[in-house]
Amino acid sequence: MAVITSEKIRPGEAYPLDKYLRLPRIPTLWCAGCGLGVMLQTLLRAIDRRIKEGVLHRDKIAFVTGIGCTARTTFYVEFDGAHTLHGRAIAFATGVKLANPEIEVIVLGGDGDIAGIGGNHLIHAARRNMDLLVIMNTNFIYAMTGGQVAPTTPPGLYTTTTPYGNLEKPMNVIRLLSAFDVNYVARGSTVYPQILEQYFYKALGMKGFRFIEVVSTCPEVFGRHIGLRDPVELYNELKKRVKYKPRPSIEESELDWNKGIVLGEYIINNYPGYIEYIRERGGRK
Amino acid sequence: MKRVYTHGNEAIAEGALTAGLRFYAGYPITPTSDIMEYLARKLPEHGGVLMQFEDELASINAAIGASWAGAKSMTATSGPGFSLMVEGLGLGIITETPVVIAYVMRAGPSTGVPTKATQADIMQARFGSHGDYIIPVYAPSSVQEAYDLTIKAFNTAEMLRTPVILLSDATIAHLWESAVFREPGEVEIIERKKPKVPPEEYWPYKPDEDDGVPPMAVFGEGYHVIVESLTHDERGYYIQDTMVQRRMVERIVNKILKNIDKIFEYDTYYLDDARYVFISFGSSARSTLAVVRDLRNEGIKAGMIKLKTIWPLKDDLIRKLCSNADKVFVVENNMGKLVWDIQRIVRDREVIPVSIIDLDLPSPKEIRSVVDKWL
Repeated sequence: MAVITSEKIRPGEAYPLDKYLRLPRIPTLWCAGCGLGVMLQTLLRAIDRRIKEGVLHRDKIAFVTGIGCTARTTFYVEFDGAHTLHGRAIAFATGVKLANPEIEVIVLGGDGDIAGIGGNHLIHAARRNMDLLVIMNTNFIYAMTGGQVAPTTPPGLYTTTTPYGNLEKPMNVIRLLSAFDVNYVARGSTVYPQILEQYFYKALGMKGFRFIEVVSTCPEVFGRHIGLRDPVELYNELKKRVKYKPRPSIEESELDWNKGIVLGEYIINNYPGYIEYIRERGGRK
Repeated sequence: MKRVYTHGNEAIAEGALTAGLRFYAGYPITPTSDIMEYLARKLPEHGGVLMQFEDELASINAAIGASWAGAKSMTATSGPGFSLMVEGLGLGIITETPVVIAYVMRAGPSTGVPTKATQADIMQARFGSHGDYIIPVYAPSSVQEAYDLTIKAFNTAEMLRTPVILLSDATIAHLWESAVFREPGEVEIIERKKPKVPPEEYWPYKPDEDDGVPPMAVFGEGYHVIVESLTHDERGYYIQDTMVQRRMVERIVNKILKNIDKIFEYDTYYLDDARYVFISFGSSARSTLAVVRDLRNEGIKAGMIKLKTIWPLKDDLIRKLCSNADKVFVVENNMGKLVWDIQRIVRDREVIPVSIIDLDLPSPKEIRSVVDKWL
């Protein structure tokens, strides 16, 4: 968001994406160096392209989020939106989509929100190939609550609730979702914004269940735990640890901070979405 | 209008269809499942959608989501499922979402007796979620009331933008008796208020002055509404401020209290000259009425108030209805819960708990065994 310094520039016109922001709510609460700003910008660019193409309609987009840093996105954007309960965004979003299939429903959440407390809803939305775009921001930590262990935290790491080191292995959500006939699974990163925007753009033109994991930086909390509090340092460190491959195999999807994290499009299918099933098999008359 | 012979659960499902149900989300649970089974067949014929979700957490959240996409929506459950739903119930309350929860009580705590009834959950139905709020709770005592009060529950939810509980129990759920079902044109159906202002002037939580209820724009209409689970001002903006917290809670509570005359329903029997007033609700009210009639036949001046709305209560009215009584008996199938309210409301005469835990329902004989020594 640009700082408006001239009277000639009216609010909402200072920056091309301002029209999608709820300007009175800006600035965000996100810390300096947080990857969420990059994620939001790439997502809004992708939405903007789809709106200009006529694939999406400005008033038929809903952001549905749970609780956490990522979940705050809802009230920074000028779309219909629901900032709901921790873990329940996918369930809420499913209700929205079933009641009005014309709406493109976008769910955003951190890995704790989507894969931790909301894991069961994620699994079953995937099983149904429910027509949702689910974006999971993986930052390896519970950030809003101040640095507790997350489903994606690397093993051995100090967090505020694992003071002797994390004893658990991180969750590979991509491999989990490969158990279902979903239409799109990709992993991008805020350190490669152009690729990430392409994933968002592509997913916004598809039906069925679409999942994009965004490997991101949280210098304030995760960075502090691993000794990389400086945003640039953490950004460069993550850039060293991620590797882009156009179509990696599921076997390459392990979320391994030490061995490296493979970005790419893991699953691309064209199955009918749940809404299509409802229409064909007599859900709605 | 048609006369039918059916059971309480089907009456709830039919009442929902009459009221305009368009979205049902649920998870199987005894003794409630036949509501979902019935609607799974019928709701698509009415242009609606039903989904069996992975749990009750998802069900209530999906129902709230569907309501924000413009559909009249409901879920149904029993005690263990409602225990999971109270999280989502709080979301429905703070976001002022019209949604109906049919809660068919069974015996608890925990898994209890799934197939049998008690009335032990009236406090959970009223107060299950954390935070300050009041939501309407209706309790049917017959198949007809299950149908009528389901319509009432939808009307109240839409009129006041609030979750509403329809609190039935396993006895009413599987009780068969005749009832009259109506067509939508034969009964009043209330729709939620829509905004009268353009999107740029619309605030999703700004109430109208007359009824205290904010008009509701939904997703897809260009209003860019914010459904906000955090404490919010009238615009839906999260603000950590005592005055905003007070204003929001007062709005949620006052819109219910302000409209209590439209919410509160009850019936009276033989009350005019009654020295002994019996108060009951739900399935227990059936045995209680039998006791009152027996006492009348024995020449004892007994009367009865059957509460069909068990929250919020209209205190002054109940006090007035009990003002000529020598004694007040409160009959319920639990360890004594409604009686706390009546003892609070009717303070100047004896209020006697007739709290009988019975997996079927308190029999007239059981009630008499408590009551007779006080007559």
